Amino acid sequence: MSEVNEKVKKVRPNRQPMPIQDAHDRIRNFNEVAIGYSEEQALLEASRCLDCKKPLCIDGCPVDVDIPGFIKLITQKEYQQAINKIKEKNNLPAICGRVCPQESQCEKLCILGKKALPVAIGRLERFVADWDLANGHNQAEKAAASGKKIAVVGSGPSGLTAAADLAKLGHEVTVMEALHIPGGVMVYGIPEFRLPKSIVQHEIKNIQNLGVKIACNQVVGKINTVDELLERGYDAVFIGTGAGLPYFMDIPGENLNGVYSANEFLTRVNLMKAYQFPQYLTPVRIGKRVAVIGAGNVAMDSARTPLRLGTEESYIVYRRSENEMPARLEEIEHAREEGVQFKLLTSPIEIIGDENGWVKGMICQQYELGEPDESGRRRPIPIKGSEYELQVDTIIMAIGQGPNPLVPQTTPDLQINSHGNIVAEENTGLTSKPGVFAGGDIVTGAATVIQAMGAGKKAANAIHKYLTEKSG
Amino acid sequence: MFKITKKKILAQSIKLIEVLAPEIATKGQAGQFVILRIDENGERIPLTLADFNRQEGTITLIYQEVGRTTAELGRLEPGDYILDLVGPLGKPSEIEKYGTVICVGGGVGVAPIYPITRALSGADNHIISIIGARSNKHLILAEEMETVSEKLYIATDDGTEGQKGFVTDILKQLIDSKMQIDLVVAIGPLVMMKAVSQLTRPYNIKTIVSLNPIMVDGTGMCGACRVAVGQETKFACVDGPEFDGHQVNWSVAEIRARMFAEEEQLAMKGCNSGGDCHCQK
Ligand SMILES: Cc1cc2nc3c(=O)[nH]c(=O)nc-3n(C[C@H](O)[C@H](O)[C@H](O)COP(=O)(O)OP(=O)(O)OC[C@H]3O[C@@H](n4cnc5c(N)ncnc54)[C@H](O)[C@@H]3O)c2cc1C
Ligand SMILES: Cc1cc2nc3c(=O)[nH]c(=O)nc-3n(C[C@H](O)[C@H](O)[C@H](O)COP(=O)(O)OP(=O)(O)OC[C@H]3O[C@@H](n4cnc5c(N)ncnc54)[C@H](O)[C@@H]3O)c2cc1C
Ligand code: SF4
Ligand code: SF4
Ligand code: FES
Repeated sequence: MSEVNEKVKKVRPNRQPMPIQDAHDRIRNFNEVAIGYSEEQALLEASRCLDCKKPLCIDGCPVDVDIPGFIKLITQKEYQQAINKIKEKNNLPAICGRVCPQESQCEKLCILGKKALPVAIGRLERFVADWDLANGHNQAEKAAASGKKIAVVGSGPSGLTAAADLAKLGHEVTVMEALHIPGGVMVYGIPEFRLPKSIVQHEIKNIQNLGVKIACNQVVGKINTVDELLERGYDAVFIGTGAGLPYFMDIPGENLNGVYSANEFLTRVNLMKAYQFPQYLTPVRIGKRVAVIGAGNVAMDSARTPLRLGTEESYIVYRRSENEMPARLEEIEHAREEGVQFKLLTSPIEIIGDENGWVKGMICQQYELGEPDESGRRRPIPIKGSEYELQVDTIIMAIGQGPNPLVPQTTPDLQINSHGNIVAEENTGLTSKPGVFAGGDIVTGAATVIQAMGAGKKAANAIHKYLTEKSG
Repeated sequence: MFKITKKKILAQSIKLIEVLAPEIATKGQAGQFVILRIDENGERIPLTLADFNRQEGTITLIYQEVGRTTAELGRLEPGDYILDLVGPLGKPSEIEKYGTVICVGGGVGVAPIYPITRALSGADNHIISIIGARSNKHLILAEEMETVSEKLYIATDDGTEGQKGFVTDILKQLIDSKMQIDLVVAIGPLVMMKAVSQLTRPYNIKTIVSLNPIMVDGTGMCGACRVAVGQETKFACVDGPEFDGHQVNWSVAEIRARMFAEEEQLAMKGCNSGGDCHCQK
């Protein structure tokens, strides 16, 4: 162990900072906030990795990317090989490099983190993936055609990953997507300034190049049920329909004009490009003072977007304290730099409207933290008599999402739990229904891109095994 | 891409198109709707399935030009394409044998009431229909409604066809005549559906209305379409669009329909002035 400590001490140089657009400029545009490493920075950062014999970092990655392996290839400037190495495990590196919560995954376990700052694994992954987008040659290997057909329901990260892996194994895959563009939350939820849509499109094209067909405008359960897909010649079905059901708080005034779910607000802006209204015809109406309820990634995105649409004050209203905020650290920092104001230990109890039915304010109550609850976080307790009115004209509810019920409702023998999530085996995605697998947010509840991808990968392997055994 | 195979002008600013969409034509049922997006820059707008031809694989949409998107749709001709079309969405109407059913359609609302009336008639109900419009120039589908109803009444605001006045005037006369009414289905402008529901409530006549709030995805993902029904908030795209008219909170529905009134006017004007919309930036 002391040998490692010696090595850690010797590590030079310091962790390379991510170049970012200045906060003052960036709140006037939708361009990406983080600009990405230069080659020089990437080489310096890559040289910090100790190439550990027992790399702890890999344990933190839900899809087991060979982290020291690809970083070493960077130090040798073998970028094509580096990207190939990442892609052995991760089909969407340009996306994960940008949106993975690295501080609670791979980088959390990096040995350097014990004495200094961990290797910037995510930023290096992004560097290689961006190099690949600009210069790479993609020739993923494909097994011989198996003659098996698989339907993938939903084109979020879980569905796309399952589809890509199954196509590589020689199966014929069709992805069915309810919206008019594939990508799931990566296109309708996460904003352009964090994840440029061109990158998502590029990654999707790579998956199509593997032979995956993507059929948009297909709401499974309405146009075809899972049973009908199985009857019509699909040998297996993977369900990755996500957690797309927005929760509201059930407080008075929630149906007033000016109250959006985060999903509605972000969908209007990202998927429908309302920030370019009226060239794009979908409107979004954002007032001068916006309150976003919640403090996860969805809330940060919902609070940062209005500033770019010209709002004057943007508040995060959260009933716990700073320590409990579930968003990625980087997003919280960026939000703060951009001028988002945090009203912590605060929660609305009523929304007030004007005579035209528009929001004009919100009665807030203040909280203090009590004993830890079942989630291990300290329970917020309302303080009597602390109510006050916060003047806002737009409110965005970002308090979480539930599973989309359309598929479970129309698939009677699919077991769901009390929250409405599909019950599926963690290592295989196997559901209660033969031939039907599921993964991603529809199984776990709202989680992360990389976890959804991990679930898609495991299910792809299990589906392959199921099909081989069935025909064998 | 979805091809328009037929187009017909039904009345002033009300048009009918048939669109080739075999899967939707096979699956669609009375009471359901589709969401379409004309082109890359387009808004997603919901339109009811006014009819479907399962043999030819076409669906019929009937729409009134009220704003930018419906006006653009009005300019498309047979042979032109719509970029995106998704459906069938929403719950189908509950078609069973109720007894005597009064089907009330107002304005472009006659389009969605037609397939429901036909289905109810096919389920052995006695059908009396009441359709209305501002004037005979705006009246649609009178012949079609006649063929699926035992009796058809017409009301126009200006008396240019049928009885002068509102559809509710005729409904009131029928109620006053003490005839047995088992169900009223009413589709049309919010004010009309509200008036019908208020009229039938004291008599305890079950009344179904079809709400048309602003929608985005149509799959239950965004909550834009929320409506207040009884003590609950419902998403019209997945829980509806049909609801018990006596339970609907009409003032919430009316307010929410106006959410984007200013933007809708802006979109109509097009934008070449560089205003608040930031589009010139
Ligand atoms: C605003 C926002 C910000 C986020 N930020 C981050 C972040 O920074 N980092 C991170 O790791 N995670 C983030 N997440 C979470 C992450 O995006 C999700 O965990 C992940 O996308 C889940 O993937 P999925 O494949 O399960 O489903 P989704 O991405 O939700 O995709 C599901 C797809 O299925 C489609 N679908 C649903 N029902 C049907 C049906 N019946 N028929 C056909 N298609 C259907 C949907 O339209 C959708 O396209 C964020 C989420 C949001 C909403
Ligand atoms: C389930 C359902 C079924 C419908 N069926 C029909 C039909 O068969 N025929 C028909 O003529 N109309 C129908 N409508 C209404 C139709 O969707 C709107 O008229 C259309 O969206 C107007 O778009 P616009 O750009 O032309 O007008 P805009 O200028 O955008 O709006 C004009 C009016 O339409 C409403 N509206 C605007 N955007 C939407 C939207 N995305 N969703 C719903 N309403 C909106 C506004 O409240 C406003 O009152 C239906 C609506 C719903 C929800
Ligand atoms: S995929 Fe995510 S968790 Fe895995 S190495 Fe890359 S950034 Fe880290
Ligand atoms: S990233 Fe960190 S834990 Fe992983 S191999 Fe390099 S130094 Fe070791
Ligand atoms: S239209 Fe989005 S939930 Fe109904």
